[in-house]
Amino acid sequence: MGVRLVLEKRPERSRAMQVASPLLAVALTVLFGSILFAARGFDPLHANYVYFIGPLTTLWSVEELIVKATPLVLIGAGLAICFRADLWNIGAEGQLIAGALAGASIPILAPHWDSALAIPAMLLLGMLGGMAWAAVPALLRNRFGANEILTSLMLVYVAQYLLDWLVRGPWRDPQGFNFPKSIGFNDWHLLTTFGDGRVHLGAVFAVIAVIVLAVFMSRTLLGFEIKVRGEAPRAGGFGGFSQAGTTWLCFGISGALAGLAGICEVAGPVGQLQPTISPGYGFTAIIVAFLGRLNPLGALLGGLVLAICYLGGEAAQVELSISEKTAQVFQGMLLFFILTCDTLIRCRVRLEWATRNPSRQRQFIGLEGGASRTADAGGAAQ
Amino acid sequence: MSALEAVLLTIITASTPLLLAAVGELVTERSGVLNLGVEGMMIMGAVTGFAAAYTTGSAAVGVMAAIGTGIAMALLFAFLTQTLAANQMATGLALTLFGIGLSGLVGKPFTGLPGVKLGAVHVPGLSGLPLVGPVLFGQDLLVYASVAITVFVAWMFSRTRLGLVIRAVGTNHHSAHALGYDVAAVRYGCIAFGGACAGLAGGYLSLVYTPQWIENMTAGRGWIALALVVFATWSPNRVAVGAYLFGAVWIMGLYAQGIGVTIPPQFLASLPYLVTIGALLAISGNRILTKVNTPACIGQTFVPDR
Amino acid sequence: MKKSIVVAAVLALSLAASGALGADALKVGFVYVGPIGDHGWTYQHDQGRLAVEKALGKKVKTLYIEKVAEGPDTERAITRLARQGAGLIFTTSFGFMDPTIKVAKRFPKVKFEHATGYKRAKNVATYSSRFYEGRYVIGQIAAKLSKSGVAGYIASFPIPEVVRGINSFMLGAQSINPNFKIKTVWVNSWFDPGKEADAAKVLIGQGADIITQHTDSTAPMQIAGEKGALAFGQASDMIKFGPKTQLTAIIDDWRPYYVQRTKAVLDGSWNSTDTWGGMDTGMVGMAPYTNMPVDVAAMAKATEEKIRSGEMHTFAGPIYKQDGSLAVPKGKNLDDGTLLGMNWYIKGIDDKLPK
Repeated sequence: MGVRLVLEKRPERSRAMQVASPLLAVALTVLFGSILFAARGFDPLHANYVYFIGPLTTLWSVEELIVKATPLVLIGAGLAICFRADLWNIGAEGQLIAGALAGASIPILAPHWDSALAIPAMLLLGMLGGMAWAAVPALLRNRFGANEILTSLMLVYVAQYLLDWLVRGPWRDPQGFNFPKSIGFNDWHLLTTFGDGRVHLGAVFAVIAVIVLAVFMSRTLLGFEIKVRGEAPRAGGFGGFSQAGTTWLCFGISGALAGLAGICEVAGPVGQLQPTISPGYGFTAIIVAFLGRLNPLGALLGGLVLAICYLGGEAAQVELSISEKTAQVFQGMLLFFILTCDTLIRCRVRLEWATRNPSRQRQFIGLEGGASRTADAGGAAQ
Repeated sequence: MSALEAVLLTIITASTPLLLAAVGELVTERSGVLNLGVEGMMIMGAVTGFAAAYTTGSAAVGVMAAIGTGIAMALLFAFLTQTLAANQMATGLALTLFGIGLSGLVGKPFTGLPGVKLGAVHVPGLSGLPLVGPVLFGQDLLVYASVAITVFVAWMFSRTRLGLVIRAVGTNHHSAHALGYDVAAVRYGCIAFGGACAGLAGGYLSLVYTPQWIENMTAGRGWIALALVVFATWSPNRVAVGAYLFGAVWIMGLYAQGIGVTIPPQFLASLPYLVTIGALLAISGNRILTKVNTPACIGQTFVPDR
Repeated sequence: MKKSIVVAAVLALSLAASGALGADALKVGFVYVGPIGDHGWTYQHDQGRLAVEKALGKKVKTLYIEKVAEGPDTERAITRLARQGAGLIFTTSFGFMDPTIKVAKRFPKVKFEHATGYKRAKNVATYSSRFYEGRYVIGQIAAKLSKSGVAGYIASFPIPEVVRGINSFMLGAQSINPNFKIKTVWVNSWFDPGKEADAAKVLIGQGADIITQHTDSTAPMQIAGEKGALAFGQASDMIKFGPKTQLTAIIDDWRPYYVQRTKAVLDGSWNSTDTWGGMDTGMVGMAPYTNMPVDVAAMAKATEEKIRSGEMHTFAGPIYKQDGSLAVPKGKNLDDGTLLGMNWYIKGIDDKLPK
């Protein structure tokens, strides 16, 4: 093994690469995708067209694209802030469900409350619900130092089972023949829609959230502090805001947005509570945040890209009979390439001959023998 | 066969895939890497294990294939996160997505076929003993393997330099690097080990647990394994306790229903996660315990300054 | 933003794309909740799709989308098929009910068929299958063959369809052995081979020597085989997984219905109906009776025939509820409305129904 890939941190993010990297990622995906499609007996050109261009060619699918991207952008923008602060909230799926449950309490428990206040109250409750769910990992981290990645992930399952129990138990539609779903929300508890009736108010919230968060991050002291904290944890705190404070803030923002996404889904495209209300938006949004380079504006783009990818996969099933699995593999590949190419922005990659740098030789990992060799090498490097 | 014996046997089979995947992920996490792709590696292990065993007629070949596939998937993750410094969480999620899709493609010709079952090993003279016989000496090879791997991992972390090195890398990759350890290489090894275990866990599902291939047959067990690692606060012994406890709670829940006790199934199902959060709290409150085991660098990308 | 550019591009491209579709064959769309490879529910529906293709050849073209989550994606998936020019769309999961109705409103010319639901419209028909008829037959077989007098029942969720099945099974069993017992375990999933296997083991450990299931995987069959118990297949013929174990299987056979409804659209006779088909329509089929004495098989066949011909109703009175109250008197049958919403156990079942 003479050659190895070596990464070096760039002193600054590369401007050129910031433009080139997404293009490279798409090019690589198209290339590998074409191979995959060709291997499975499809015309690669046509398949790529159906995938990437198709979803943009009709007004209907553009509207559907917006519907699909709405929760992804809402959650992704919030997560971008969180991740930027080096806080790893990966439980947005649970916060989405919690928000949906909190918000849905109005249409389910007070179905006849027809008032102009109903929708705002639902949205507010949704945000509070998401926030409350996100507050648990924040609290556990601040108070006990518990790892937030894991607590937030655990709470996803708890939220899912809570939803499941509610729609099969207390919140089940009494007229629904015992089937696991709540009553359908009354018209006055559904969000205003646009166009063909699918794009809902949530899309507007998503755009507002992105703009507000972008301004917040680039123009305010708090936003600056969040960035500083992420890059150099010990340097934070000078703005008068404690570590614990930023943790609360970031979890609060991302939880509220996930909760908002949740209530917008159930009061929008779904229109009721049922055992599954999200096809994993909270998890997909993590990828969205990364595609957007942890920037709220980027999350908008990232959300759209993933939505295209998803709609394209569905179209490919119908139009080309490409199986849903091929679509999933293709999506996985796209993500791999995007994540890989992202590295080029932060780092320089070059090939290195191992022999030219003996002190950094790849050490053999074995049992005891390997361990002692590693230790020796460690001593030598000192 | 006595009822107790049957319950114990059922618990062991239900717990073994969780234990295998969790102990592998534990090693990965101890080196400071969070691989959320366990589910993806596991399902790929399940499908290739089944396919290899079905094609060759040999369950042993199936086991090898499952391990190999797990490693291959893990190396893909390692290449992205270690060599190319991509974010671990996003890469792990992508790996799961990729694995579930690919397993569906690979497995298509194998759906609805009865598989080859890896037989039980009977220790002569001992497996005939009442109760302890079948439970301790009449299991399949992978059950013993899961225990052996757990014991090995526990021993490695407590008694060997390699264990120390892995922990050093996981606790502070900057100082480990400064001391001359090759952080990336150690992590490559740990990730691959995690992949091998996850693949084996998948193979256990399609070769022993329910010898067949069905799409999505892992049904979220990879995620449970991730929870178990936390529940165990990165201690191999506690992972074993946790896995068996998890299996026991589940099986006892079924058992209770069978004798007419009804508990809301959702409550039972979410119990392990609540317990895990509780456990996390318990250890987080205890500074010493936290310091000893928690890999402080978990999930962080490491690019050496040079 | 660049929205105006996008819209312009959209318009230009959609004009180009719309000319390409030929409209000779009837397009028949299918929306599946699971993967076709589940070898259970979705698999059987896809067998129906293939049968439509086979029976009607060039007159039809089938489209499908699999693994459609019940939730925000459903409406779009159905709409997509309608926009692709499908003239008939089967939505094959209960959770697709409301989206089907919504989409049907916007595509009045497209015919929709929703499985297992209860909401209909002018262009939405519903269909389901009286699987419970088969359960009566297997209940009888179980009572004949069980040595312990206890059957194990692996159930998914306490919804009427499942409860109905348990009651029907018990009625069948009681007709042979009034003291027959069943033990029920709820696994809270339609499809998790591991959990189903565990449930089978627990039930066998508790004395059940015959296993039946209202979940989709073949795992319980394999476990029963390993432990020397007998079992009934579910959804599809599982004989390959238990050549020495399977007694028979209740098969969801959607093929005749799908072919018939597609033909109805082709010849213009389609209208919105509510089909709840049993053995008489061929929707419920029984796999060959195996691994049992000849007389038991003969009895099962006789019962099957009586149900098929309408001579016998599986929920014929008198039927008492678990609390002892009379549900339906002698000489009458339980009506379909009660069956559809069934949320109580019959007398003789000891477990409590989870609420």
